[in-house]
Parts: sequence; C-alpha cells; structure tokens
Amino acid sequence: MTTIAADADHAHHDDHADHKPGFFVRWFMSTNHKDIGTLYLIFAICAGIIGSALSGLMRLELAQEGIQYLPHWAAMLGGEETDTAGKHFWNVMITAHGLIMVFFMVMPAIIGGFGNWFVPIMIGAPDMAFPRMNNISFWLTFVAFFMLFGSMFVSGGSGLGAGTGWTVYAPLSTSGSTGPAVDMVIFSLHMAGAASILGAINFITTIFNMRAPGMTLHKMPLFVWSVLVTAFLLLLSLPVLAAAITMLLTDRNFGTAFYDAAGGGDPVLYQHLFWFFGHPEVYIMILPGFGIVSQVVSTFSKKPVFGYLGMAYAMVAIGVVGFIVWAHHMFTVGMRVDLKMYFTAATMVIAVPTGIKIFSWLATMWGGSLSFKTPMLWALGFIFMFTVGGVTGVVLANGGVDQNLHDTYYVVAHFHYVLSLGAVFALFAGFYYWIPKMSGRMYSEWMGQLHFWTFFIGVNIVFFPQHFLGQQGMPRRYPDYAHAFEYWHHISSLGYLVVMVGLLFFFANVFYTLFAGKKVGANPWGEGATTLEWTLSSPPPYHQFNELPRIA
Amino acid sequence: MAGQKHHDYHLVEPSIWPLIGSLAAFIMLGGGVMAMHAVPAGMWVLGLGIPLVLATFYFWWADVVREAHAGDHTPVVQLHLRYGMLLFIASEVMFFVGWFWAWFDFSLFPTALQFADGATTNMIGQEGASALMQWPPKGMEVIDAFDLPLINTLILLCSGTTVTWAHHALLKGDRKGLINGLWLTILLGLLFSSIQLFEYMHAPFPFGGSNYSSAFFMATGFHGFHVIVGTIFLIVCLIRSYKGHFTPQQHFGFEAAAWYWHFVDVVWLFLFIVVYVWGGWGAPVHG
Repeated sequence: MTTIAADADHAHHDDHADHKPGFFVRWFMSTNHKDIGTLYLIFAICAGIIGSALSGLMRLELAQEGIQYLPHWAAMLGGEETDTAGKHFWNVMITAHGLIMVFFMVMPAIIGGFGNWFVPIMIGAPDMAFPRMNNISFWLTFVAFFMLFGSMFVSGGSGLGAGTGWTVYAPLSTSGSTGPAVDMVIFSLHMAGAASILGAINFITTIFNMRAPGMTLHKMPLFVWSVLVTAFLLLLSLPVLAAAITMLLTDRNFGTAFYDAAGGGDPVLYQHLFWFFGHPEVYIMILPGFGIVSQVVSTFSKKPVFGYLGMAYAMVAIGVVGFIVWAHHMFTVGMRVDLKMYFTAATMVIAVPTGIKIFSWLATMWGGSLSFKTPMLWALGFIFMFTVGGVTGVVLANGGVDQNLHDTYYVVAHFHYVLSLGAVFALFAGFYYWIPKMSGRMYSEWMGQLHFWTFFIGVNIVFFPQHFLGQQGMPRRYPDYAHAFEYWHHISSLGYLVVMVGLLFFFANVFYTLFAGKKVGANPWGEGATTLEWTLSSPPPYHQFNELPRIA
Repeated sequence: MAGQKHHDYHLVEPSIWPLIGSLAAFIMLGGGVMAMHAVPAGMWVLGLGIPLVLATFYFWWADVVREAHAGDHTPVVQLHLRYGMLLFIASEVMFFVGWFWAWFDFSLFPTALQFADGATTNMIGQEGASALMQWPPKGMEVIDAFDLPLINTLILLCSGTTVTWAHHALLKGDRKGLINGLWLTILLGLLFSSIQLFEYMHAPFPFGGSNYSSAFFMATGFHGFHVIVGTIFLIVCLIRSYKGHFTPQQHFGFEAAAWYWHFVDVVWLFLFIVVYVWGGWGAPVHG
C-alpha cells in the first residue's frame, strides 16, 4: 500500500477537467461523486443538528425527576397541554432521535458523504459506476427525511407524531398507533431503504470494476474494503426490513394479520425480521468508521496498517457473522434456552474479529512516528470508546445477563458508546482528516483539539453514568423515574452541556476552515498519507483521473 | 469535458430525473398515506404521484438507451450494468426472503386458529385449543395446488424456454425469431397474470383476517407484481426489437429482462412448492 502514491503521479494536471456547470445543474442535477458527497455531508450535518437538539430536549426533561416540560412542548407543537400528550411527545422524540441519527445522520455522512467522496478516488476511478443513480440515492434520502419530519406534525393515534421507537415494534405500531404518522414513518423508511440499496449496488459495482490498473483487491485501502463490506450488508439486509414494514403497512391499513395474534399473526415475527436487518445495520454504521480509523491511524503513525489482510478479512468476518446473531436483541421474548445459547455464542464470536481490529490498530501505532493531530485524537478516542462499548456488548451478549439488563440504560449506554461515541468519533476523525482535501483549506488545529477534548469529556459524562442507571434498573425510553435515579440522570444531563460546547468549537472550526483556513497543497499530512486522494490537488479537479493512475 | 478523458468509463451528463423521481416518490407515497386515511384529496395526490414516477422511469431509461446508441456503453460500462442488475436481483431475493420467513413462521409454529364462514378466531387459552394447532388453520379450505397453480407453473417454465429461444435467435442475428420468442413470452406472462387474477377472485378465503390468507396473498401478490413488471420489461424489449436496437454483440437491455424473468420464474417455483403444495398439504381443497 505504501507504494501507491509514488507511482500515481501526473494524475492531477488535467485543467480542462475543472469546468464546472452552473449552480442549479451542479447541485440539483449532479452526476459528480464529489458534489453528491458534499450534498450528503451538508444534509447529514443538518439532520445531525436536529437529532442532537432532540437529545438536548430529552436530557433537559430527564435532568430532574417528575415531568417538567413535556406537556408544554406538546402544546407548542399544536397538541393538547396534558400529561398524556406530553408523554406521547416523549415517545415521538425518542423515535425521531433514533431514526434521524441512524438513517439521516450517520449513514448519509459516513457512506454517502465520505464513501462517495473517497472510494472512487482511493481506487483510482474517475467517478462512481452509476453517477446518475448516485444522485437519486441522495434525493430519495432527502425526501425521506421530510416524510419523517412531517410525521411529527400529524396524528399518531394518541397525539401528534409517531411514538413507536426507532424499531417500530408491533403491536404498538399497528393497533397501538392508528394515525397517519406511523404510515409516514414506514414510507420514509421505504424511501431511505431504496436509496441505500441503490447506493450499495453503486459502491459494489464501482469497487469491483473500476479499480485502476494494478489496484488489486488486496491493495485496496482499508476504507474501501470497509465500504465494500458495508454495501453488501445494506444490499442483503434492507430488503428484509422493506418486507417487514410492508407487512406493518398492510396490517395497519388493509386488514392483514401478520402481527395480529387474533388472526394467528405473530408480533415476534416483526422483531425477527426487524433485527435480521437491524443487526447488520449497526455494522453498517460502524464498519466505514473502522475504515476511516485505519487510514487515520496509519497516516499519523507514518506506518502501513499492521496486519492489513487480517484487518480486511476481519471486516468481512464481522459482516458475515453479523447476519446470524440478530436474536440477541430479543432475548426476553420468551425464546427457548438452547436458542439463547446459540445466539449468545454466535454473538461472542464477533469479539474475535473485532479484537483483531483493535489490537492491529494498537500494533500499527507501536514503534510508529506518532503525531497527535486532531484526526488522530478522534481516531484514538474512537478506539477507546469503541472498546468500552464493545466490552459492555460482550456482557449484554449473554442471554442470562441480558434478562436483567434488556431495555435498561445499560443498553442505552452500550449502544451510544459504540455508535454516538464510536461512529460519530470516526465521522469527526474523517472530517478533520479529509476537510483539507475536500475544501483545499486547513482547519484550525487548536479549535479541533479543543473540540475533541470537550466532546470527549462531555460524552463520557453523558453516557458513563448510564451504565450505573441501567444496572440499578432504570428502564430506557421513560420520561420519568424514581428519585433514586436522579443523581446520575442529573450528571448525565450536565454532560450534554459540555458536549454542546464542544460542538460550538466544531461549527466555529467549520466556518473558520471554509472562509479563512490556510490553503493546503496536495498532501498536508506528509509521508504517512499514502492513499491516492493525496496525489490530487486540494480540492481535487472536478473530474479526476482522466488519465488512470497505475499502481505498482 | 468528457472529450479529454483517456478511459472507457461513462461520465454521465447532469440529469434532472433523480430529483424529479424523488419528488415523484414523495408525492406518490404522501398521497398514499392521505388516501389510506381517507383524506379527500388523497386519491388525487396519489393519482399525480404514480404517473410522475412512471414518467421518471420512462425518461430516465430513454436517456440510457440514447447513451447506448451514442456509444457510451463501452465493454466496461456494459459490465457495470451487468453487475448492477445482478445485485438488484440479489436484493429482490432478500425481499422475498422476508415474505417466506412470515410463511414459515406461521406454518412451522402454528397457533390454534378456527376458520369458519370467512372469519378467523384465535382459540389460544380455550378448551380444545391444543387440537387446533395445525397448518393450514382448522376449517380453512385451500386452493388445489395441482389445479390452476400447476398449470401456472407449466406456463412460467414454458415462458422461460421461449425467452431463451428469443435470446438464441438474437445471438444468431435472427430478428424474426427474437420477436416471435418475445411475443410468446409476453403472452405466456399475461396468461399467467390472468390466471392468477382469476384464482384470487375465486379464492376460498378473504384477503385479510388470518395469518394464512395474509401471507398467501402478500407473497403471491408481490410475485404477481414482479411478473407484471417483468412483462412490461419484455414488452419494452419487444418494441426495441422491432426498432432494431439489439445487435448480437450488444443487447444488455434484453439480457437484463431475461435475467429478471428467470428470477421471477424461480421465485414462483419456491412459492409453488412451499406455499401451494407443502403449505396446503392435508387441508381440504376448494371446489
């Protein structure tokens, strides 16, 4: 892998290729992978602001015992100012927060944004295999978001909006929520799912067929490997979700009995179908993060990744095993013990390839010439956080232990450690790593580092106490709690303020970078950055690699 | 700008169809929600959305055909299209996995249902419930697998051979054979859909209410929808055959339609075996 950059010269001299179309054509009719990637990133940031604001409202409500603000907020949105409406609004918030963060923040940013921007460049391709289809992936995600957002303002049955949780479990989502809001959520997921399936087809085709001469599969940067595995997970898991939510739709509107026990239907069937999608989905969110962290750790250690092949096939293994562990999300539905034993064992197996990744990152840094620039800090933060979340994951994998911890804050802490502190840390690592390439300007190092440390401290204050809450029995998805839980809830809410301060540094840094950042050359990171994007100008030409690079 | 490139990839010109198509999908599904909740304008919005979506398909693929004739579909781009279609079919397979999953859930772990006069009652917890744990549900008359479904199986298998006939004729440059083979395939497809419609209209159980009927109608119904889509795909290929779009060397549109048709055929074989034969075994047969 280290030899790539040296042999890929003269790829960036084509000035004719920099002719850009006008504003509307460029941004609304785009067939350019970098522009579509930029659209995805802007969209994900906007969705992320809304999703984080929702978590702020929730932390505010949870800061003290008792119901503080919910009825008032429900009234502000046009509902009634009652306790019931307020509590329904709580359910709407947890639902919207989950769906927005999963489908409209992490996935668009990490696959749509960074995947689109850098997969074609890293394999030495001029664009994606299907540039026009690439664009409908973005716009379908965009309208899907508005469908979801709109659902918050129509009736869900017991108040405005869909209060089903992001899992949309039946029968709460069928006979329990008769209003149109849940139908809008279902259609939103249909559209976002279709967009992701088309994107997956695009990435797989691009990676298999458009690698530059000499770029064999075993020379591909690990970020490309991670997107390849992710794309397969998307392709094979999302259609099952589509079937599951179509059954919800017909149960709700056309009298079928898939999940209705009165007609012989089975609500647990929904959970099986959902988690057959849902478990691969969590790897969909984290695998590209693995890829980003591998690039960043290698760059700032000035060493190739330790155990490259092991790293690549560990991701393949995680992807494959990820399809056969889904029922560990449903240990408490009353499944037989031998089934629990299987799903416990299979789930623990995933710790093996994951351990390979963690230790290989550490081994990459071992003896390296380390520089702790902002992207590297985020990557290190990722490794730390993901390890914590991974370890609590191994705890939860035990069917017996999960009997107690299921649907408690312990689970909330676990999945926020791997996702909001894992996937999001990877996103920030990728952002600081690639923003000089994408914008042609360098971010402010001190603001970046300040952003990292405040954010790192903040999220740990938010989520670490939630382990204690969970072990003490605090159930998730509740707006109120017994007095005994107040102490750690209060601490957790204070942590949110620290996180927000961190995010202020982030946004300030974004504006600073875009408008006043120092101009950078092709490779601001030096000899550690060996992948093809660093051979192109910053920002790269509108169409790169009109002359394909040759990889030795 | 594409003139400077020294590679065989297709840098597609900017296109408005992705944006229009997404807005159309939004209007169609938004209209769908309104219609399902009896909002007065719902059917109008739905009625606007569906043709918009269909128009997007038409104009988008018309652009693809135009680009193919302009020589943009180099061998590597044709390879892309092949990968794209195969992966799309793979995702479709997983979609059907969901419906089969529901069917197996209900049939392998039956609950105590009583079906009488078109209504289903769950007898769990009542006296004699354990005697009712059977599949299909007690009292349910099923469609005879070896009547029309068997004929439909033969029709689809037959259409698989006629589309292969068309393919071989195309490879030999025999346009007349291509057109005849396609005509036969399309007619067999239409015959299948008509028989399926007839079967639905005379089904001994209503659409909703029970797990059996829900899984039966939705699984076979989505297959039927795919047959109709495949038939339209073949009709497009027939029109393009009359226009002489296909050459023995370059005819990916036809190949994609043929692959899709075979996929639809295979799904039916599984439906026939799992739903009609095995899934109805031992139950009283209708008519």
